[in-house]
Amino acid sequence: MRLSCPCCGPRGIEEFSYFGDATLARPAAGAPPEDWVDYVYIRNNPAGPHSELWYHQSACRQFLRVERNTLTHEILSVSAA
Amino acid sequence: MQSFRAPQGGLIDRATPIDFTFDGQTLQGYAGDTLAAALLANGIRLVGRSFKYHRPRGILSAGPEEPNALVELREGAAREPNTRATVAELFPGLAARSQNRFPSLKFDLLSVNGLLSPIFAAGFYYKTFMWPAAFWERIYEPLIRRAAGLGRASGLPDPDSYDKQTAFADVLIIGAGPAGLAAALHEAATGARVILADQDFALGGRLLSDRRAIDGEPALTWLAKTEATLRAAANMRILTRTTITGIYDGGTYAGLERVSDHRAPQQGVPRQRLWRIVAPRAVLATGAIERPLVFGGNDVPGVMLAGAVRTYINRFAVKPGSRAVVFANNDDGARTIADLVAAGIKVAGLVDPRPETPPALHDLARSLNVPIFAGATILRAKGGTALKQVTLGGKSAGITLACDLLAMSGGWNPAVHLASHHGGKPVWRDDIAAFVPGTMPPGVTAAGAAAGQFGTPGDNETSPILPLWQVEGATGKAFVDFQNDVTAPDVALAAREGFTAVEHLKRYTTLGMATDQGKTSNVTGLAIMAALTGRTIAQTGTTVFRPPFTPVAIGAMAGPHRGPYFRPTRRTPAHDWAEQQGATFIEAGEWLRATHFPLPHETTLQQSVDREVRAVRNAAGFCDVTTLGKIDVQGPDAAAFLDFVYANTMSTLKPGRVRYGLMLREDGFVFDDGTVARLAPHHFLLTTTTANAARVLRHFDFCHQILRPELDLCIEPVTDQWAQFALAGPQARTILAKLTDADVSNAALPFMATIEATLNGPMPARLFRISFSGELAYEIAVPASHGAALAAALLQAGAMPYGLETLNVLRLEKGHPVGAELNGQTTAADLGLGAMLSKKKDFIGRALAQRPALLDPDRETLVGLRPRAPGATLQAGAHLVPHGSPTTAANDHGHITSVAYSATLGHWIALALVAGGARRTGEIFRAVNPLQNTETEVEIVARVFHDPEGTALHV
Repeated sequence: MRLSCPCCGPRGIEEFSYFGDATLARPAAGAPPEDWVDYVYIRNNPAGPHSELWYHQSACRQFLRVERNTLTHEILSVSAA
Repeated sequence: MQSFRAPQGGLIDRATPIDFTFDGQTLQGYAGDTLAAALLANGIRLVGRSFKYHRPRGILSAGPEEPNALVELREGAAREPNTRATVAELFPGLAARSQNRFPSLKFDLLSVNGLLSPIFAAGFYYKTFMWPAAFWERIYEPLIRRAAGLGRASGLPDPDSYDKQTAFADVLIIGAGPAGLAAALHEAATGARVILADQDFALGGRLLSDRRAIDGEPALTWLAKTEATLRAAANMRILTRTTITGIYDGGTYAGLERVSDHRAPQQGVPRQRLWRIVAPRAVLATGAIERPLVFGGNDVPGVMLAGAVRTYINRFAVKPGSRAVVFANNDDGARTIADLVAAGIKVAGLVDPRPETPPALHDLARSLNVPIFAGATILRAKGGTALKQVTLGGKSAGITLACDLLAMSGGWNPAVHLASHHGGKPVWRDDIAAFVPGTMPPGVTAAGAAAGQFGTPGDNETSPILPLWQVEGATGKAFVDFQNDVTAPDVALAAREGFTAVEHLKRYTTLGMATDQGKTSNVTGLAIMAALTGRTIAQTGTTVFRPPFTPVAIGAMAGPHRGPYFRPTRRTPAHDWAEQQGATFIEAGEWLRATHFPLPHETTLQQSVDREVRAVRNAAGFCDVTTLGKIDVQGPDAAAFLDFVYANTMSTLKPGRVRYGLMLREDGFVFDDGTVARLAPHHFLLTTTTANAARVLRHFDFCHQILRPELDLCIEPVTDQWAQFALAGPQARTILAKLTDADVSNAALPFMATIEATLNGPMPARLFRISFSGELAYEIAVPASHGAALAAALLQAGAMPYGLETLNVLRLEKGHPVGAELNGQTTAADLGLGAMLSKKKDFIGRALAQRPALLDPDRETLVGLRPRAPGATLQAGAHLVPHGSPTTAANDHGHITSVAYSATLGHWIALALVAGGARRTGEIFRAVNPLQNTETEVEIVARVFHDPEGTALHV
């Protein structure tokens, strides 16, 4: 698998690390505990397009927002998060 | 004596004879031979015993699909089991052994298994060895492993070296048969960067094996011209002996190059090289694999695939037999009888199950004087260790033909395996009775036989194939999968017992498993299953093909990354200096750190550590703390950012001051700790634990880029830029003053302050008055290039070097938690740090740290322990059980996390996580270690053993 980093160009997957769902929003400071539990523990496992965060750990350290089809591994888009 | 070698012809180098051994017998072949070809040339047709029944087996194929002719190559630690004799190249000194036979290949005691075959039918493991359960591990499994198996692993470390390489191309051509070569010719002209890979050592594919014509000229002439053109093209990279084993996401391909498997090992040359090839386009020109036919005794040595017979005749000038019968349901029959006759091998008959054989075939057979048995089959091949005769069925029932070679062809399966690596399912084509690639991986197109287009231009298939999956009325064992000893009745048994899905068929019967992954058996097996269940082959479908296409040694995947090269070894700038001082080192994550600095008269670790501890408590010592992670944070919003990532407040820290910082994870548990120094209003320098340096940096990047992108700051890791030493002890200031003209008095540099200074040398430095040991202490940071010089200067000034072991004793005496306590399951309150959690701001982990379960006063929290008997030792990991209670999990009140002998106190001390924690001070427990059968009586005491008021820090 390869990702095209907006800073560095196309690179092998071993340079990146996976950070999961990119659509999560951290609850506001006073949010009820349920919101925090959802944010920290609850994840969807979609079969199909998925918006996710990848971290270009071995190079530019930029977080990337990657649209990936979890069924085909097709990378639909990559942008700086 | 190569008595079965034709006097001329073939693509071998007769000027270069090669000696090799098989089962200890010295034989001779020629350069350009495979091991299988050389064995056949020497008249050796029995080369192995089968997996389950120990039946005699010969050579079935001439390529990587070989299920039978598996041998052990090389000797000693280099021994490699289950290698295919059909692709192993001959080289001088090659040592091959047959496998899975006892005591010898010709006489195998375990062939009695064949008589027990009712027991060994499909699913026999599950049915026979059920009871009693305790027998499985001790009796049944060892027994089965001895009886059923393939080659033996050496059991020794792999002595060979392996390489890895990445290559980029515009197009990868997989296979250098006629289709791949034609694609390469086309691409060469476009100027694209091309990689042409083939598993064989010569280009040409079937052109080397079949007497074909291309564009009206002999195929070998065309091949020579084409190869010359391609080798002259600057944009063409040709990788022979390279199998493309997998297609991965994003146009990534794995290739295994056998760099020196074809010659004696050479120092400095890798045995194999694992290629990663990145190419947006690829041409799948992998050809096709011939199918065996299923009749009784189709595994007797001497029964071969027809295409393989032609390979041995044409390419290797080997006669695989003296008197042949051909059994084919397609045009391979014609090609094979022609080549057999041309090679001077008597052909006793062509058995063709097609009721209407093509007129051209009749003409050919008549001209060659070969009798045709049309509408006929072979029911049974007989001969034990060598084929003697075949019995015909169908229209020729009752006829028996004597022969020592049977060339069979059930048609050809396009090698679609790679096309399925992205999940694409092969598509069935009735007209060629074969699967062709379906949905292709992005950028891949199939060409030639791999796409179901057989033959060469002007030399196409002329007569239609008649599918024949299983000969009706066959007697004796009729094998579908030779390598796994799966017979046609095994497939029927699976169908009767409900394992009709192809994936179930595979698991239940083991059809298509092991090293060949069913290259010769899958399609036949599922076709038989389709017929048994009244489905079409298309409805039945194939099992999923996954990488690798052919076996890949684990060593090749590891490449050079083994032993000390498995991961980087990081050494601090003062490493060599410490080595010169006689330090002993230990791996701490990626780092090598000094554990202690033994003096010549010291014989135990404890002696050295006790001396180092006393030096720090009574005079001064210094310790290399370079490995702590260091992160530089700068910007107008740096303070606000640190307030967000730390549980305590950093924005109130004054420039020139240092504060202990505690970080939580978002789930409320402790993540990491360290110190934060404010060097300037917008400039912070913080430390992390050694183990978490990379993790904290990643966490900071996440918190900044994803959670607080509006904050204006920069984060930079500076661990590698600085060497840092802790200088600790009552004499620390005196010693520091010897190193610098800067004012380091208590007034100028009080506890938890930092200044910049120039050390003698001169060396620019940052001085932090912080203490892990509980003594008057400084951490001195200098640019990494000065690290060794600073260590030498500290020694010269009178400080004693100490290592990780002493560091641990000192921190334990002060009750500081480290990795054993910051274990991912402890909260700030568990560690006695609950008061650090700010109530005035949002920070990572704040919300979930307030969960009721994390605030439970009965949680295990950190306490100190001392043994009741003065001389008793303590062990980390021991569990605490109350007096009078049995040692059970229900009575477990906690466990010891860290222990040390305290030279300062004169007895052992420990930290422990105990339910209820500090409020149980004074309680007595049994510290039990059931693994080592030890038990010590301990008392809960205050966590800070030495100088609890911290008076030494402020002097």
